[in-house]
Amino acid sequence: MASWFQRLKTGLARTTTRLVDSIGAALGRKRVDAATLDELEEALIAADLGPSVAAKLVAKLRQRKWDGEVEVDTVKRALADDIAAILAPVAVPFAIDPTRRPHVTLVVGVNGSGKTTTIGKFAERLGREGRKVVIAAGDTFRAAAVAQLEIWASRAGAECIRGADGSDPAALAYQALERAQTIGADALLIDTAGRLHNKADLMAELQKLIRVLRKRDASAPHRILLVLDATTGQNAIQQVEIFKQLVEIDGLILTKLDGSARGGVLVAIAERFALPVVAVGVGESADDLAAFDPKQFADALLGVGT
Amino acid sequence: MFENLSQRLGKVFDRLRGRGALSEGDVDEALREVRLALLEADVALSVVKTFIAGVRLRAIGQEVIKSVTPGQMVVKIVHDHLVETLGSTASEINLRAVPPVPILMVGLQGSGKTTTTAKLALRLTQKDRKKVLMASLDTRRPAAQEQLRVLGEQTGVATLEIVAGQGPVDIAHRAMERGRVEGFDVVLLDTAGRLSIDDELMGEAAAIRDATRPAETLLVVDAMTGQDAVTVATNFNEKIGVTGIVMTRVDGDARGGAALSMRAVTGRPIKLIGLGEKVDALDVFHPDRIAGRILGMGDIVGLVEKAAETVEKEEAEKLARKVQKGEFDLDDMASQLRQLRKMGGLGGVMGMLPGIQKVKAQLDSARVDDRVIKRQEAIIGSMTKAERRDVKLLNANRRRRIAAGSGTSVEDVNRLVKQYMEMARMMKQVSKLGQKGLMRTGIANLFRR
Repeated sequence: MASWFQRLKTGLARTTTRLVDSIGAALGRKRVDAATLDELEEALIAADLGPSVAAKLVAKLRQRKWDGEVEVDTVKRALADDIAAILAPVAVPFAIDPTRRPHVTLVVGVNGSGKTTTIGKFAERLGREGRKVVIAAGDTFRAAAVAQLEIWASRAGAECIRGADGSDPAALAYQALERAQTIGADALLIDTAGRLHNKADLMAELQKLIRVLRKRDASAPHRILLVLDATTGQNAIQQVEIFKQLVEIDGLILTKLDGSARGGVLVAIAERFALPVVAVGVGESADDLAAFDPKQFADALLGVGT
Repeated sequence: MFENLSQRLGKVFDRLRGRGALSEGDVDEALREVRLALLEADVALSVVKTFIAGVRLRAIGQEVIKSVTPGQMVVKIVHDHLVETLGSTASEINLRAVPPVPILMVGLQGSGKTTTTAKLALRLTQKDRKKVLMASLDTRRPAAQEQLRVLGEQTGVATLEIVAGQGPVDIAHRAMERGRVEGFDVVLLDTAGRLSIDDELMGEAAAIRDATRPAETLLVVDAMTGQDAVTVATNFNEKIGVTGIVMTRVDGDARGGAALSMRAVTGRPIKLIGLGEKVDALDVFHPDRIAGRILGMGDIVGLVEKAAETVEKEEAEKLARKVQKGEFDLDDMASQLRQLRKMGGLGGVMGMLPGIQKVKAQLDSARVDDRVIKRQEAIIGSMTKAERRDVKLLNANRRRRIAAGSGTSVEDVNRLVKQYMEMARMMKQVSKLGQKGLMRTGIANLFRR
């Protein structure tokens, strides 16, 4: 666990530098006046929190009635605490329910968000915990997506069920569930092709996959995870909204937090949808899938010490 | 949540109706709304500031034309300024170099580089009649080279043989060598996704650039990118030198503010946009369309094109012929309903229409959604062939039967019949507008109840 936090921190440290710089600059004068708060609001916007959430957070900060000279850290601390408070209820680590055998997880998201990599990381993690894992290479659309997943599967010691390119993902998922049941696997991870949420046909395909799975196990899938790219701006809200409308999303994963993007839109999403954030991706290796720690996330976002 | 900018400005300017010139106070108030709209569209904060300052300069003292409201006037000024900033003309891919002309594709992980590479290769092959070679220099992501090889097979574009264990720079050399020997016109070099702050990988990209001296270095960026677009574009431009930008996933519903951010900070043109998963879904960049989108004014041209792409041409022509003869029947209505659903349902279509946000909210509250369309299709499906041809046959008894057959109520059937009559009447009026006009009116009509 410690190593995950370390990685998250180094990842977020880079993320944070600019935000901290701007907040530091904003608070250089040490008196919390209107201009300071405006600049603080802008720093939050620059971190992708979105104009309305940023305005709300700063309004809350304003109400605190800062008297006289205030330490820069005090204001940042307060802001970080506010953000952590919004995020705290949604931090629910990924765990598979041992009473479900196999525990079926379906991973969905728009193209390029990092679904396949995330599944690979999960598989490797579960494999290390000594669990028997089956992966369904359900992205039958993108060229070589199956080959990519097979490499991950072999690293994780998991069995990978694949179909022909362009084959029906629902049939493949069914087949994989059958296989997972036969060999008594602990977990089945189903990858899906990337789909933009505004494509009705592709979203219907996803609904069909779930219907077909339920013919084999009425309780499946036990968890549907939506993968979000931290680089994404306000459109992430739209993604969550529409995916949630059409399939029952149980949790979110925020990937690519090791880049310069700050993933602040997660705060807006947490406020609006209250969906659990089960993991964050902070790099390309299997260890780079960390549990989501709201306090650390908020602290690192604002560059305040714990 | 994204309110139309025109509507917002409408509120601000409601009390200003009829004034002569835009005063400083009016403009500032309006620009606050513009600022918010741009930020919601993910335009980077620094870019928003510069942009707003530019608009302000242009807007103050501007005479308001009689026929428009001050709000509309400001929207127009903002829109024009936006189009200018985005680059008012389309910019072509530069192939003016000694063949084989190297083109380098760079970007973050998951931005769509490999797919774009294949699309561009196909475009250069078909449109420009070039002999193109694709090479994947992505030795990091599992099976990335394999992905490009498969795409090569799908598009019929040559790809460089995969040699296991070879580094990116060596692959690039090998690609250029094969390009020279075999007389290729263009060599597309698809690189691994990299973070702009990863010095090692950025150094590697720079080494590839030095080894191949590309005529174009295209930065591939996802249209959904947020504020980070500025950092990404700046870093890639400073460290590798970008000559153009490709925006992908423009077929999504992101407002695409990243386009403005990147254009503003790099000064490089947006050359191409990716519009779908198919290998031919690549188009030149139209600044005016993205401008409308960023401002939440809808994308009419996009809507018409989407309609044209989805609606089977044959079916549309058949329909047009029938309408001209005044023969629009319930079968035709069912076919229109089907097409509407294929275009992404009401939500998908509405998102592209200007000023529709208000209507959309009303529809949401009235629970008019895509299920209604489906139900209407079911009602028509429960009619006999004769009934579908002649609506007058539908007496109370038949309507009861149809309601039972489609799992709806007689009221639903009545409503559908009424809607059909209204449509048929409209169809007669617009038949002289021809196919496109017909299609549009048909769809617009479906929104009425």
